[in-house]
Amino acid sequence: MDEVIRIKNLYKSFEDNEVLKDISLSLRKGENIVVMGRSGIGKSVLIKCIVGLLNHDSGTIEIFNTDISTLGYRQLDSIRKRIGFLFQGSALYDSMNVRENLEFPLLRSRFLEKTDKNINRVIDEVLENVGLLNAKNKMPSELSGGMQKRLGLARTLVLRPQIILYDEPTTGLDPVTSGEIIDLMISVQKKYNTSSIIITHDLKCAKMTANNIKLLKNGVFYAEGTYEEMKKNSNKEIAEYFN
Amino acid sequence: MIKEINNSISPVKELFIEIGGLSIFTVQVLRQLLHRPYEHKEMLKQAYYAGNKTLPLIAVTGFIMGLVLTLQIRPVLVDIGSESILPGMISVSIIREIGPVIAALLCAGKIGSGYGAEISSMKVTEQLDAMEVSGTNPLSYVVMTRVVATTLMVPVLVLVADAIAILGSYIAVNMNTDISLRLFLTQAYRPLSFRDLLPATIKTVIFGFVIGLIGSYKGYYSKRGTEAVGSAANEAVVYASLAIFVIDLVVVQITELLYG
Repeated sequence: MDEVIRIKNLYKSFEDNEVLKDISLSLRKGENIVVMGRSGIGKSVLIKCIVGLLNHDSGTIEIFNTDISTLGYRQLDSIRKRIGFLFQGSALYDSMNVRENLEFPLLRSRFLEKTDKNINRVIDEVLENVGLLNAKNKMPSELSGGMQKRLGLARTLVLRPQIILYDEPTTGLDPVTSGEIIDLMISVQKKYNTSSIIITHDLKCAKMTANNIKLLKNGVFYAEGTYEEMKKNSNKEIAEYFN
Repeated sequence: MIKEINNSISPVKELFIEIGGLSIFTVQVLRQLLHRPYEHKEMLKQAYYAGNKTLPLIAVTGFIMGLVLTLQIRPVLVDIGSESILPGMISVSIIREIGPVIAALLCAGKIGSGYGAEISSMKVTEQLDAMEVSGTNPLSYVVMTRVVATTLMVPVLVLVADAIAILGSYIAVNMNTDISLRLFLTQAYRPLSFRDLLPATIKTVIFGFVIGLIGSYKGYYSKRGTEAVGSAANEAVVYASLAIFVIDLVVVQITELLYG
């Protein structure tokens, strides 16, 4: 399988606090990697480094065989447009309604001819996929937490990303809604053939979506494997996490 | 001893760090003006909001400013028998100094604090990050558009404030004497010259730029957390107001040097 993300020996620190130490990771086309670990351990930092929101200290991050640390802002932008990022709090533009939230990245993309007809078609298709077609004219503040997550996911999908980075997609949601989001993530992957890195604490989410799970502790991946392998692991700490 | 020296140096150090940060930010924002997209729509929207939302405040304050200033100065001029210079005196003081500074301070309070809070809140809720990952530079879409909006609108708002202040002054004069508007305006504009208008207008353009820039800077580099939103709004007003007085001082000195 083709590698879409290749990270080698990544280091990132904030002043004296070394958050990521010698992290290496490879994400292949169509693969889902789940990164788990305690809060504040650096999971979100990892995906923010991947998308260039944070600069890493050393090591290389290659996306589609391009080292992002060598890119200028505009070149990085063209890579970013192929990556979707679902933020923990959805990060919806609160001054725009549902439709405008989706239209905003579309108007700045280059993948479709920007006629009203085309834009409406893409927006309707994506909203239908996430079950929000009837909420098109609502403001984000009028949506429930689950709907906001779905809109966040819809916004990442309008640009037809090849990679999606999920930052705790089910955090703060009730079990039913979180189940809906997980189903949506799986259907999105099937439909758009995306590759994903999923940051989560949710065991159900990890079980349902992961091809490979990595456990992050003290800045390094100290365990990895499939959900079943992790569950059977005899290490006390890993067993505690998965049981 | 060293600790005490460090403590006393600390605010100065912070001020220099702030000035350095603001200078770098200014260059980054100005660079956005050279690159596409120019975000015309957002720029117009921000200009409309800045102008429209501040206009009532500016109008009321301008009216009171002209009225009160006239009522305060008139008895002094009557005592020395120079009441006829009242309209000219009011117009010169309003157009050269009081109008631009008061209107700019109001804009700093209304627009600057709004930018600080709004952009800081966008940062806290990761909206700026979301923009960046979807290929839109927030420095261009959020900051540059707002800085251009205030640079264009503050001079317009100052002109409105000046005009309404002079109208307020006319009403105050008419409380005691009967004078036609035509005569009042003739007397008001007679002492005004190009050297009064040009520096005052240039000054307001700089005020507008600085209000937008400091408001955006405080929001853009605010800390994360809800408390940071309040701090950003507060600091935006304080720093912008201070900058307005410093710029005013510099422009007055330059004008004095140029025109004697």
